[in-house]
Amino acid sequence: MYAQMVKAEGAKSREEMTVEERAFQDRIDRGEKIEPKEWMPEGYRKTLIRQIGQHAHSEIVGQLPEGNWITRAPTLERKAILLAKVQDEAGHGLYLYSAAETLGVSRDELLELLHNGKMKYSSIFNYPTLNWADIGTVGWLVDGAAIMNQVQLQKTSYGPYSRAMIRICKEESFHQRQGYDILLKMCLQGTPEQKAMAQDAMNRFWYPALMMFGPSDKDSVHSAQSMQWKIKINTNDELRQKFVDQTVPQAEYLGLTIPDPNLKWNEEKGGYDFSEPDWDEFFDVIAGNGPCNAERMEARVTAWEDGAWFREGLMAHAKKQDARRAAARIAAE
Amino acid sequence: MPSLTDVMTADADLARAPGIRTMAAKGAAPEDAFVDWLCRMGDNCLVLGHRVSEWCGHSPVLEEDIALANTALDLIGQTQLWLGLAGEVEGKGRTADNLAYLRDAAQFRNVLLVERPNGDFGQTLMRQFLFDAWHMEMLRALQASSDKRVAEIAAKAAKEVAYHLERSADLVIRLGDGTEESRTRMQKALNVLWPYTGELFLGDAVDQATAEAGIAPAPASLKAAWDRTVAEVLAEATLVKPEGTFQHKGGKQGRHTEALGFILADMQFLQRAYPGGTW
Amino acid sequence: MSSEWPLWEVFIRGQHGLNHRHVGSLHAPDAEMAICNARDVYTRRNEGVSIWVVQSNQITASAPSEKGPLFEPSNSKVYRHPTFFDIPAEVGHM
Ligand SMILES: [Fe+2]
Ligand SMILES: [Fe+2]
Ligand SMILES: [Fe+2]
Repeated sequence: MYAQMVKAEGAKSREEMTVEERAFQDRIDRGEKIEPKEWMPEGYRKTLIRQIGQHAHSEIVGQLPEGNWITRAPTLERKAILLAKVQDEAGHGLYLYSAAETLGVSRDELLELLHNGKMKYSSIFNYPTLNWADIGTVGWLVDGAAIMNQVQLQKTSYGPYSRAMIRICKEESFHQRQGYDILLKMCLQGTPEQKAMAQDAMNRFWYPALMMFGPSDKDSVHSAQSMQWKIKINTNDELRQKFVDQTVPQAEYLGLTIPDPNLKWNEEKGGYDFSEPDWDEFFDVIAGNGPCNAERMEARVTAWEDGAWFREGLMAHAKKQDARRAAARIAAE
Repeated sequence: MPSLTDVMTADADLARAPGIRTMAAKGAAPEDAFVDWLCRMGDNCLVLGHRVSEWCGHSPVLEEDIALANTALDLIGQTQLWLGLAGEVEGKGRTADNLAYLRDAAQFRNVLLVERPNGDFGQTLMRQFLFDAWHMEMLRALQASSDKRVAEIAAKAAKEVAYHLERSADLVIRLGDGTEESRTRMQKALNVLWPYTGELFLGDAVDQATAEAGIAPAPASLKAAWDRTVAEVLAEATLVKPEGTFQHKGGKQGRHTEALGFILADMQFLQRAYPGGTW
Repeated sequence: MSSEWPLWEVFIRGQHGLNHRHVGSLHAPDAEMAICNARDVYTRRNEGVSIWVVQSNQITASAPSEKGPLFEPSNSKVYRHPTFFDIPAEVGHM
C-alpha cells in the first residue's frame, strides 16, 4: 500500500512482554486509542513513524505523476478538478507528517530521510502517466486501492493517525469518482482513439495497482506484529482480493479488458481468481529501478533545495519582527 | 530587452500589425470591442492560472503548494466566467473551452506579464503581486460596470483577488525584508518584471470603446492606485523601484512573447491532437 | 541555522456557531502566516468562518498518567445527565 513493506519491530508473545507492554496491549485489545504523550513500546513508536512517514511521502510523491497533466488537461473543468485533486494529496501529506510529528520526529527530518533514500514511498508512483486516460485510471485504480487501505486504517490504534485517516477518507471520496468519470467519458462517449487510450492505460496500470497492497503477508512476522498493534487491520491479500472483486464489474461497465487471462469468477470462494503481479518487478521498483524513480526523487529534492532560501527568508523575517516587537515593548516601558 | 518591433513600431501602428484582428482599430463595432475586452480579462486569468499551476507538487513547502493551488483554482474559475461571457456576447456559439483551447497565440489577449516564465519562487510571487495589485483595482472599478454581467463576475472575483493580493503582498514584504539572499532574489525579480507592468495601463481603441460604453474603466485610470499599493509594499519590503522607463507592450493586441506558444502547445495538446473527443 | 518553521495547532469554528474545534496542525514562520496557511489548508471545503492558531509548544496538556484521577470521578456522577431521571409520560416534554 502507501506504506508497503514496513518493518515492524519486536514482535513478542504475551509471556515475553513486560508488565507495561502487557497493559499497553490490553488497551489496544479493548479498542482504546493511544495518544501522543502516553507510554508506548519503542517498537510501536518506531514502526508507526516508518509507516506514517512512508504514507506521507507517498502522498507528496504521488502529486507528481498526476501533476504532470494539470497543464495539459483537456478542458477548464478537468483542469480545475485535477488541480484540486492533486492539491488534496499535498494536504494528505501534510496531515500525515503532522501525525508523525506527534511521535517526536519533525517533518524536515522525515523529508531528509526521503531525500537520501533511507525512507521509501509507494511503488506505484514510479510508473509514468503517458496519456490522459492514465489520469482517469490513476484516480480509479490507484486512489481506489488507496481508499480501500485507508478506510480500514481509520480504526488504527494510534489516535493522531486514525484522525488523519478519517479526514483523508472524507476528502478521498471524490478522487476515485473523478477518475472513473474521466474514463466513462472516454470509453462510453469518446472516439475509438480515446477508447484505445483507456485500454492502454488499463494494460499498464493493472498489475502495478495490485502491487500496491504489497506481497502476500501470510508468513510475515512484521505483519503479524503490526496487526497485533492495530496499525494494520487487514492482510495484504484480503485487501487485494477485495479490490479485484470490486474493480472487475467497473471495468466491464467501461468495456475495458483486464489484462489477465486467468481472471475468473470463483463461485466457491465468492470472489475472482486472478494472476499474481510480477514480484520481481515490484522489488526492482522498490530498489529504485522503476521507470520513474530517478525523476520522482529529483523533482522532490530540487523542490526542497531550490526552496531553501524561501523558507529561510520567511523565518528570518519572522525573527526580525519578533525582535522589533520586543524592542518596541522595552522602549515603551 | 526591447525587440526590434518594440523599437520600430509606433503606438498607432500596433493595431494594424499583421496577425492582429482589426477589432482593436478605431470604428470597430462596440460588441466586437466588448468581446475583445472580455478575452483580455479571461486570458489574463487563464494564462496566469496556468503558470501558477505549474508549481503544484514543486513548491518550497507543502503549505505554500496548497495555497498556490488555491490561487490557480480561483483564476481558472474566473477564466470560465470571463470567457464564457465572451462567447455569449460574441454569439457564435463558442464556449469558454472553445476559446481557451482552440485559439492560437495571436488571438490571445492577455498582457505579457502573466505569460512570463515562473523563474524562481520569488519571481512567481513578484509577478503575482504586480498583477494582483492591478487586478484588485480593475475588479473594484468593474463592480460599477454598466453591464450587469460584468459587475457580477467582478464582485465574485474581487473577493478571491483580495485574498490573492493580501498573500502576495505579504510574501513580497517578508521575503524582501528577510535574508540577504531573499532580498537579492526579490529585487532581481522586480527588475526583470518591471518592464512588463506598463502594459496594464496602456489603452487602445478597445479600451476606449468599453470605457465610453461604461463597461470598464480606462486602463490609465487605475495607475495611481496601483502605484500607491506597489510603492507601499516595496517600501516595507525594502525593495527599490527600478529606474528604467522602457515598457514592453503588445499582449493585449495579440502580439506575444515566445513563452505563450509553449504554454498553448501544452495546454491545447489534447484538443488539437484529438479533435472531436469527449473529455 | 535551522529554518524549520514552528508547528501550530489549528482550531476552526464552522458555520453553525459551534465551538472552535481542533482540526490539525501545520507549519508557519509566525502566527499571521499560520492563519493564512490554515485558511488555505483547512478550509478548502468551506469548513469554517473563524480560525484560531496556537503554537504547538505553547499548549499545556493534562498528563496521560493522571487520566484516572482527572476523569474517572465524574463517572459516578450519573445524576448530572438528564437521562438519570424518570419523568412520568403524563407531564409531557421536559
Ligand atoms: Fe491521498
Ligand atoms: Fe487521493
Ligand atoms: Fe497574511
